[in-house]
Amino acid sequence: MSRIMNRKTKIAHHPGPRKLPTDMRGFDVLTRGGLPRGRTTLVIGGAGSGKTVFALQTLVSGACRRGEPGIFVAFEENDREIVANAASFGWDLPGLEKRKLFFLNAHLSPAVIQSGTFDLTGMLAILKAKQREMRATWIVFDGLDVLLTLLANPALELQEIYRIRDWLVENKLTGILTAKIGPDMVSQTDYGFMQFMADCVIKLEQRLEDGVSVRRLQILKYRGSEFATGEFPLSIGSLGMEVAMPDTGEHTEVATRERVSAGFDALNIMLGGGVFRGTSTLVTGAPGTAKTTLAAKFAEAACLRGERTLYVSFDEGPATIMRNLTSVGIHLDKIVKSGLLRIYSERTESGGTESHMIRLREAINEHRPRCMVIDPLSAVAKAGGLSAVRSVANRLLNMMKEKKITIVITALVPGEDRAEEPEGFQVSTMADTWIHLSYLVGGGERNRALTIIKSRGTWHSNQVRELILTDAGPLLTDIYSEQGEVLMGTLRWQKEAQEKAKETQRRAHVDHKRRDLKLAEAETNLRMKALQRDLERQRIELVTLSGEEKVHPDVLNKDASKRRRALGVDPRNAERRDTTTHSTSRSSGQGRNASRSAKKGLAEARKGHGK
Amino acid sequence: MMRLFVAGQAPNSVQAIDNLKAICRQYLDHNYSLEIVDTLQDPFRALTDDVLITPTLVKLSPKPATKVAGNLSQRSAVLLALGIKEKLG
Repeated sequence: MSRIMNRKTKIAHHPGPRKLPTDMRGFDVLTRGGLPRGRTTLVIGGAGSGKTVFALQTLVSGACRRGEPGIFVAFEENDREIVANAASFGWDLPGLEKRKLFFLNAHLSPAVIQSGTFDLTGMLAILKAKQREMRATWIVFDGLDVLLTLLANPALELQEIYRIRDWLVENKLTGILTAKIGPDMVSQTDYGFMQFMADCVIKLEQRLEDGVSVRRLQILKYRGSEFATGEFPLSIGSLGMEVAMPDTGEHTEVATRERVSAGFDALNIMLGGGVFRGTSTLVTGAPGTAKTTLAAKFAEAACLRGERTLYVSFDEGPATIMRNLTSVGIHLDKIVKSGLLRIYSERTESGGTESHMIRLREAINEHRPRCMVIDPLSAVAKAGGLSAVRSVANRLLNMMKEKKITIVITALVPGEDRAEEPEGFQVSTMADTWIHLSYLVGGGERNRALTIIKSRGTWHSNQVRELILTDAGPLLTDIYSEQGEVLMGTLRWQKEAQEKAKETQRRAHVDHKRRDLKLAEAETNLRMKALQRDLERQRIELVTLSGEEKVHPDVLNKDASKRRRALGVDPRNAERRDTTTHSTSRSSGQGRNASRSAKKGLAEARKGHGK
Repeated sequence: MMRLFVAGQAPNSVQAIDNLKAICRQYLDHNYSLEIVDTLQDPFRALTDDVLITPTLVKLSPKPATKVAGNLSQRSAVLLALGIKEKLG
């Protein structure tokens, strides 16, 4: 998209031809800005390939959107047919004709008799006068081949083609020439010459591929300019023609941290709080794995937030969808009535992929949703094959990113429980979040399991959960895995009951133990108190003992002095020394004993406590 | 009454004038009126007569009106358009 935005500046610096945008969706990107200004563009293709629509649409959008007047010279269809044709696309040609468009009916009436050769000098003179009058920018010569057949002479054909080209250059008109040229006419001289003289050649084609009608556009040449090579899907919808644009390769979207509900709380928790706004979520699963339920839940949650939502169903009609969803507690009828939800359903076999794409875009532009569901996208493959799905998905997701629409896409996978998308589908790489639904068979039951395979930029649960559908909506529960086996349904219920019983047992056991310990503690306390009493008693004893000692020192001293006198020691010195030594040694010995017994008591107390 | 639309001195236009004058001389004997319109000079005249390619001869009367496109080199076609029966010899 930004390429288009930058167009003006790019042209200013680009040495190539100046270009005139066509405003046709996709086309200006492929041509890097539009058609060569003041030059000739040749549009070739078989009958019904869309040449006239291409030319007319370019002219109309130039006149309406850019105020560039244009002249349409119709050699093939008469102007009434063209007006009717244009009206089917909502283009008001009679209204435009007054100011910005001029139609010249150059359709040669069969009543005109031809005699000899003629040339375009007079017509070009008329057109020049008209151009001056209305200051035209564009001119279309539609159905040039019809005119050339009238000339019935290759030399004259070349001459007239030259005349037109020179005239365009001289008058600074941007010209579109259309010519019906089938593949069988490639060898014709005028074809080669027309290709040579035009600055830009566009080939349109309508053909059958796998029994489905497809339109293709290819740019064969663009003198002096780079352009996208290859064939591109072309579609003609109710708003005109558009080219399916390849990925522009530039990402302009702004990442948001805003989370929106993925449908219900349990799933949001698994996704770390929901999905980011403007991201895409792919839900894959085998038939009946509740993909639609999940998608509808998402749509319902969006509507309950007051956000406009578009539910695209390629499966069933709105009434059937709503009825089926009622059984799982999803009531869409009210929100459909409120206008917030629009259910758009379509059979994929009807029409080609590209027309689906166009109608989808129209529905989006009409409803302007903030959230969207496509259920299932894989059905698009029916209309156009897998490459079509890929192309649709790619463009769709880009469009969603651009418009910041949060989308949930479901896809049917053929496998039973493999987390695989249909081969060649490749949507999972494009989607931001991928949720896979599967069946797990065990214990004679088939149960639904939900896994989040990826979720970009956010934490998400790696657990497989069991998805249970109740009449109040979907639920997710933990599943048990036992020795590598996942238990669901009844087995899970049994396991839960077992676990519950075990838990009760464990609780009882703990209670018992707690009581035991409490008793032991009380006992120890008692013993500690007894020991304390022992301790106190021993201390008192000790004190009493030292009291006895102090009562008799004189008696002891007398005995000692008697001994000393017998030994011939100075009684005063000896007496003093002796008394002190004796009393200290005595008292310290007593102290040690006391402390030892106290320690013993404590140790015993500890032992008792430890029991 | 006839009107011939030409484009200046374009070869086809010059031839058409010559061819028409020859036919008129041979078959109509001055019993006609011819107006020659140069689309280069007066482009919108051609539009009002619904003529685009040049040269084109428009027979206005007697009715029905007919148109002949080209340089009028195929005389039989011109005579048919003008409602003139070819004189034998």
